[in-house]
Amino acid sequence: MLDILLSLLVLTGAGFTFVGSLGLLRLRDFYTRLHGPTKATTLGVGCLLVASSVYFSTHHTLSLHEILVTLFLFMTAPVSAHLLAKAALHLGVKSLAPVPPAAGPGPDGIGKPKP
Amino acid sequence: MLNTVIPIAYALVAFAFLFSFIRLIVGPNAPDRILGLDTLYVNTVALLVLLGIDLGNPIYFEAALLIAMMGFVGTVALCKYLLRGDIIE
Repeated sequence: MLDILLSLLVLTGAGFTFVGSLGLLRLRDFYTRLHGPTKATTLGVGCLLVASSVYFSTHHTLSLHEILVTLFLFMTAPVSAHLLAKAALHLGVKSLAPVPPAAGPGPDGIGKPKP
Repeated sequence: MLNTVIPIAYALVAFAFLFSFIRLIVGPNAPDRILGLDTLYVNTVALLVLLGIDLGNPIYFEAALLIAMMGFVGTVALCKYLLRGDIIE
């Protein structure tokens, strides 16, 4: 039973790590590429760390310092993603998303394009 | 069952390394390369944890924790350099 749980956690973690890096390789512009590593890879590493915490708690003494690494990764991944997006915006990296259509003028003429 | 799953997990993490390394080499601009480096260190943490489970040795976590902290500091320093042109102002 424990073996099955551990195998499932290890396989899920490695699979999510793989999918996150595949997204980093395959997606088409920087802002979509940012999604892969920051969400999928972080979840995968979290699964692997929980698996190792369970493994060492059942085979040796109680071991909780994997939770420390998990917490640290879950706190730092959004921060680094935010900083990377800010740096990309600052450098003017192009996005493939279409520019939204210009809003029409409001009822009182606010937002009307200038001649 | 764990003994058959761990080599598969090694292979998946190795392919993840390969993909993020390709992005680090070919990335068309600087934030892409920093993102590749960031993914590379997160994958390193995954590989060290797998190695710890495989060899049954809890000493690998200290290395994983150190790499996680140093990698975050490196990413923040590179982003700060791109944003401000300087790291410590």
